[in-house]
Amino acid sequence: MTELTAKTIAELRDGFRAGEFTAREIAESFNSAVAAARTLNAYTVETPEDALASADAADKARASGEVGSLAGIPLGIKDLFATRGVNTTAGSHILKDFKPPYESTVTANLREAGAGMLGKLNMDEFAMGSSNETSTYGPVLSPWRRRGSNVGLTPGGSSGGSAAAVAAEIAPGATGTDTGGSIRQPAAFAGICGIKPTYGRCSRWGVVAFASSLDQAGPMAKTVRDCAILLEVMAGFDPKDSTSLDLPVPRWEANLSGDLRGKRVGIPKEYRIDGVPSEINTLWDRGIEWLKDAGATPVEISLPHTKYALPTYYIIAPAEASSNLARYDGVRYGLREVPESGNLDAMYSATREAGFGAEVKRRIMIGTYVLSAGFYDAYFTKAQKVRALIKQDFRRAFEQCDVILTPTAPSAAFGIGETTDPLAMYLNDVFAVPASLAGLPAMSVPGGLDEQGLPLGLHLIGNELDEQTVLNAGLAIEERAGFAARPDKWW
Amino acid sequence: MADSAAPFRIKGETGEWEVVVGLEVHAQITASRAKLFSGAATAFGAEPNTQVSLVDAAMPGMLPVPNRECIRQAVRTGMALDAKINRWSRFDRKNYFYADLPQGYQISQLYHPLVGEGEVEILLDEKDESSAKNIGIERIHVEQDAGKLMHDQHPTMSYVDLNRCGVALMEIVSRPDMRSPAEAGAYLRKLRAILRYVGSCDGNMEEGSMRADVNVSVRKPGDEFGTRTETKNVNSVRFVMQVVEHEAKRQVELIESGGSVAQETRLFDPDKGVTRSLRSKEDAHDYRYFPDPDLLPLELDDAFLDECRKSIPELPDAKRKRYELMGISPYNASVLTAEVEAAGWFDALIDNDVDPKQAANWTVAELFGALNRTGATIAESPVSPAHAAGLLKLVADGTISGSIAKTVFEKMLESGDPAVEIVEREGLKQTSDTGAIDAEIDKILAANADKVAEYKGGKQQLFGFFVGQTMKAMAGKANPQVVNERLRAKLDA
Repeated sequence: MTELTAKTIAELRDGFRAGEFTAREIAESFNSAVAAARTLNAYTVETPEDALASADAADKARASGEVGSLAGIPLGIKDLFATRGVNTTAGSHILKDFKPPYESTVTANLREAGAGMLGKLNMDEFAMGSSNETSTYGPVLSPWRRRGSNVGLTPGGSSGGSAAAVAAEIAPGATGTDTGGSIRQPAAFAGICGIKPTYGRCSRWGVVAFASSLDQAGPMAKTVRDCAILLEVMAGFDPKDSTSLDLPVPRWEANLSGDLRGKRVGIPKEYRIDGVPSEINTLWDRGIEWLKDAGATPVEISLPHTKYALPTYYIIAPAEASSNLARYDGVRYGLREVPESGNLDAMYSATREAGFGAEVKRRIMIGTYVLSAGFYDAYFTKAQKVRALIKQDFRRAFEQCDVILTPTAPSAAFGIGETTDPLAMYLNDVFAVPASLAGLPAMSVPGGLDEQGLPLGLHLIGNELDEQTVLNAGLAIEERAGFAARPDKWW
Repeated sequence: MADSAAPFRIKGETGEWEVVVGLEVHAQITASRAKLFSGAATAFGAEPNTQVSLVDAAMPGMLPVPNRECIRQAVRTGMALDAKINRWSRFDRKNYFYADLPQGYQISQLYHPLVGEGEVEILLDEKDESSAKNIGIERIHVEQDAGKLMHDQHPTMSYVDLNRCGVALMEIVSRPDMRSPAEAGAYLRKLRAILRYVGSCDGNMEEGSMRADVNVSVRKPGDEFGTRTETKNVNSVRFVMQVVEHEAKRQVELIESGGSVAQETRLFDPDKGVTRSLRSKEDAHDYRYFPDPDLLPLELDDAFLDECRKSIPELPDAKRKRYELMGISPYNASVLTAEVEAAGWFDALIDNDVDPKQAANWTVAELFGALNRTGATIAESPVSPAHAAGLLKLVADGTISGSIAKTVFEKMLESGDPAVEIVEREGLKQTSDTGAIDAEIDKILAANADKVAEYKGGKQQLFGFFVGQTMKAMAGKANPQVVNERLRAKLDA
């Protein structure tokens, strides 16, 4: 029997239901693996008792015959999700030791389905970053290493802890959030699957806000099927979130099919950009072949405003963030720094100076700037217009195709400390950001390894509300890529 | 109140000046009893920080959800002000840091307000329809109120009470159409009356559920508008009028002494009756308004708007005109419709098949007079509309005289009993018994033979004397008409 930690969520679920092993055995296996992998710095808080309690409840439920869809499955939870009574800090010093008296809707849904919690997962501070290096807890180490190298690599970001945990098999699945690629890029770097659903599928209630019009939660797991299982539980209408979609949750898992006959796959010509390693484009071509093999027809499409997506994103996201992060002022919760003989303004300055890291401050300043009098129209209004054009690009493209295939990221994982220029860091999201601006479902699935033995991901973008086609195309790639590589356990 | 015929002018050294006033009225939506985006309760005077939800305290990950009833009340208010209702509106964030503002931004509506242009008719002289003037409404938007800081609880620290935080406000912005303190006062009173009729806001300025920012500038009549100052958070009609008066004079003196008016925010000191500078335009915040990404645009459908429209009661102007058509004097109609409670009381009274004109005279003179003396509100009136109708009917059908009616009313005020019972109990019924009246008349004529002779000699005015003597002898209970008839029969025979 394979180790329990090596199994997929579907295997754990089915084995638990069939009585091959108990939920407690699953929880204990993962708890031990978590404790043995602290070198990775993936978890900021470990909650083994929580995982065990949920497991015992699941075992009891199974004895009586009524089990939830995730009974017996312990998960890692990104530190952006509020978890009642458990530290929720968004990877920031300013929320040091913050324990919310409430549970986010997404994690409440997971608990309702019987899932347990292994702990809170490290992340870039306030989800701002592509390498997990902006976390107040220090960077997460990817379980992957370049062939013959000991250099520590990033797992990507901002859901770097989630990606590393799944890849290192210290969680069978994890929650992530994606504002401009924060699920998909780390999934690609870590050789796992991750899907960001249509904006509004998952409630944002209880998820610490970065950029409200872009933030979307989604699952990260080893397989496409596992993503479908988790997403079905995480998604759903929530009256507490005005932007939540009041639609029934489709049965994505039951409708999974790698048969793409009759489907057209759009290949956007604007995504062939200079400076991207040839391996990335080679993998992309291989992806096209796999989808053809599954019965789909590739069609070249044009998304003409693609080159404006990144600058547009880096106006809108910081603008919203500068306002969303104003609440961290030291008055009601979190860090408070009171300088001697200082007034209220001095307290704000000292608290925010000490509480926020450099990247967060940079984005607050950018956001404040683009919203300020005299610059608002030139930046924010213009960016909103371009965003509308990018949405229009996709609307037109989906008249010609059913799903779009691109690379997930322009490179494989890079070393910790290697990328110091913020603009170079922002380029990581060049392929991910357009779908975020358009609010479309998008997924990364592993396609293969590069020459150095590091995973590369393929990126599927679907039409609004059509997660099913994204998942199905992902499954078709998964079935053909035969990606079974796992990092050698060095930790 | 100023004479409406003569425009209000400030006499300066260089001639006469005109004052230009616009008001931004913040009216709390008290009808919803719930906050704009959090659903928390909004009772006035609750213990600090007991009416605060996770959303109001801006805990991480909390999201606003618009309260339908708050939006409905703002739409109804807009309709009552004859204003354009925008089917599509949107919320914006106004960003600034302050300890009473947990989110670090106020959710308001800058770019696309819920309600557009409307107007309010004011009467400067209640007796004179021709003193009417329309004051334009520019817009009404919906926004969150902030919390309150308490500076007197600790020697070195300030405390924050978030109870008011997130309470729904309507900001009702007028055009700069007012030209005197009296007009500003009349506008604010009329606006408050309309809000109370609609029921959206209780208009309670003492509790802060309605307050005004007063924009004042001066100019020589016919000139362009001058630079305005904005005096914030003025919380009574009288204070608003004082601010206009004071600011106008201050600005005239400033300009005439060679200075110029600075565009600035000022505060009113009610103890001294003066305004003082709070901050200048240069110090003004850059609020960095942008559409709130946590909220979808508000889109109103026909069914919602129809329901809002149907739910609006008869408003003061319409009611006043209806009363006038019933024969009620313009003054009485105006007084009776000024407050929704009084108008409601009066409507209930005339539902009892009484003469509206007499009912109006009686209500304004007798009932309001009595309530004023005792300091009671109409809601506290010991006399119900039905009981009042009973009293008026006893007068109308001759059961009691007008003067006895006053006595009966006093007893009604004391006891709360119906007039009929009091009249029965105290034996105050008017008599038309000619036998009894004749007997008293005969006695009086006999005892005043000299006056009878004078009367018959042509001193007609003595007739009143005989009436008075007879009524007195009958303890006021004789039917005056019968007394008149019998006296004439006997004296003129």
